[in-house]
Amino acid sequence: MSYDLLLNAVAAGLLLGGFYAAVSLGISVAFGLLDVVNIAHPVFVILGAYAAYVMNARFGWDPVLTGLVFTPVFYLLGMAVYRVYYASFERKGEEALRGLVFFFGIMFIVEVLLILVYGVDYRLVEAPYIGESFHLGPVSIAYRLFVPFLGGVLLAGGVYLFLGNTFFGRAIQGVSQDSLALRLMGADPIRIKTIAFGIAIATASLAGSLLIIIGPVEPSIGREYIGRVFAIAVLGGMGSIGGTFAASLILGVVESLTSTFYGPSWSTAVSFGVLLLVLALRPAGLFGR
Amino acid sequence: MKRTGRFWIGGWMLTAWLAAAALLSGPWAPPAQAAEKPIKIGFGMALTGGLAANGKAALLSMQIWAEDVNAKGGLLGRKVDLVVYDDQTKPASVPAIYTKLLDVDKVDFVVSGYGTNLIAPAMPIVMERGLVFMGLFGLAVNEKFKYPGYFQIMPAGPEPALDWTRGFFEIAAQQKPKPQTVALVGADAEFAINAVAGARENAKKMGLKIVYDKTYPPATVDYTPIARAIKATNPDVVFVGSYPPDSVGMVQAAHEVGLKPKLFGGGMVGLQYAAFLTKLGPKLNGIVNYDFWVPEPTLNFPGIEAFLKKYQVKAAKAGVDPLGHYLPPWSYAYLEVLGQAVTATKSTDQKKVAGYIRSHEFTTIIGKVKFGSNGEWATSRVLQIQFQGIKDSKLDQFHRPGKRIVVYPEQWKSGKIQYPYSSAK
Repeated sequence: MSYDLLLNAVAAGLLLGGFYAAVSLGISVAFGLLDVVNIAHPVFVILGAYAAYVMNARFGWDPVLTGLVFTPVFYLLGMAVYRVYYASFERKGEEALRGLVFFFGIMFIVEVLLILVYGVDYRLVEAPYIGESFHLGPVSIAYRLFVPFLGGVLLAGGVYLFLGNTFFGRAIQGVSQDSLALRLMGADPIRIKTIAFGIAIATASLAGSLLIIIGPVEPSIGREYIGRVFAIAVLGGMGSIGGTFAASLILGVVESLTSTFYGPSWSTAVSFGVLLLVLALRPAGLFGR
Repeated sequence: MKRTGRFWIGGWMLTAWLAAAALLSGPWAPPAQAAEKPIKIGFGMALTGGLAANGKAALLSMQIWAEDVNAKGGLLGRKVDLVVYDDQTKPASVPAIYTKLLDVDKVDFVVSGYGTNLIAPAMPIVMERGLVFMGLFGLAVNEKFKYPGYFQIMPAGPEPALDWTRGFFEIAAQQKPKPQTVALVGADAEFAINAVAGARENAKKMGLKIVYDKTYPPATVDYTPIARAIKATNPDVVFVGSYPPDSVGMVQAAHEVGLKPKLFGGGMVGLQYAAFLTKLGPKLNGIVNYDFWVPEPTLNFPGIEAFLKKYQVKAAKAGVDPLGHYLPPWSYAYLEVLGQAVTATKSTDQKKVAGYIRSHEFTTIIGKVKFGSNGEWATSRVLQIQFQGIKDSKLDQFHRPGKRIVVYPEQWKSGKIQYPYSSAK
């Protein structure tokens, strides 16, 4: 085992973890804070990736730019989805199983729509930094992974600051703890939840554009992320943004180290092994309360 | 209240169902019009799921074949109808599809869907009923079944698992000085495992020392740790058995971490598609990879150009691979073989048709086809091509000869290999 290889493996893991954070944040907010089992989140990420692809292919936009520009659109989309979900299930207390079916339905519909419109071919984007890398001492870092890492860090930082330092942010945290108390304070928990769910889906816009920077995307590829993102949200501690970020990095580094030193086929098994171990020792997750 | 809940679920389900129905009712159900009953050819095809990009392209070319045949008056004076169901790239859905094709749709012939995993589950039904079964790109499916009515259009050769990768290793063995070490890496899924197993055998035969031999899960996001681990073993040859997204990941990662063995490639699926050729562009230079047909002068068979012209017009509308060099000519050809056998025997009798296919040579748009006793090609035609002189990411260059040079086997060779890999960069 060489020192260089170890450093490179850790660096690659951190970069991957930053990207995982971007994909998992939405789950952490929706599932962790709002208790909405949005298994359709990865498909919104794929939708973000297709937005990046379309703008890149038609107008030559940088995927990150598309991700940012489309964030408000995804925010509105998220609000709309939550309104439907609330009116149909949550209000009646039927969210447990039927809500799950609802999000399954959304997942399939978005996938089928993407197939109908764009076909089933893999899609990629072009950007000047894809394929290039830079060196930090013995560590070589590919921009293709560095940009998603930065995106993930900024997104996680942004959501963290928003939740901790703004009225709405604190209200969202409040609604996750005790929505009745929030109502007594004169705030409307449904409105707060709608905003929070909007934010959760809004993160998918940037996450999608980061995904398509890393590699090719096709409509059903989101399913591969469902397990991983929920694992991260649970590992970090439900609803803890800092925890989600830390868990993403841990999973990224564990995957990368396993892949480098023991063989890549073990990487998923080892990551989920870490999840089981953490849950055995700390059932609420790393940063859970 | 409950009813509203149900209504919502019902509504979504209905919408999903309608969307799926819209997807499945395309132009591939030509109306029956001939006076005599049409000859129905049934199959499942991956129109959604992981292999859908290829499955849809294959279907398109099969429709072109049906159009071509019907324009000439059909088979035995009867119109040809294709009956297709989406197998969703799910092996479990295949037995039901073929049962329905045979018992409900009463098709005259069945042919396979695309890919090993979706061909194998149809075999028991096909064998039980003694049907002739043309296969589309299954690797070594008949090794265990040993069914005489099975014919595989993919030109892997009589020993499919070994022949598939033999060329790559023979190229390695021909180089001077001869490479000494090899790294084998592949996806943890059926085709890639078979390909890597064949590569392992071939590497041993050629006397190469295996310094890395690992698989990775198909959902891998980042391939740089793998490329780096391989680089650390400093192999002369790197063989990769991968599926489309991982092929892209491996090429990018190798480029980023500076993995430059003397020979790189082998069994990377996906490097034949326009989307990846154009996006990877110059990064492909030097890679030696398997292929079955490329627009090189040595492979300019009669009919292939006319077919590709038709295909490319339709592909643009259907949103599938705009080049169509990889699978479409073969999905056209496997129906050509069936059609020619039906015409020659003047019969739809399964045994007669199978017997004819087994004992005759066929002229198709992908050249002359002759099957061996196990239903594979009598002699392998797995090409090894090298990407050379790619300067940009324009699609146009891949329509013409000169970018994907056939370097193996001798019979189809269209140019010289640039060796080592880094010299072609």
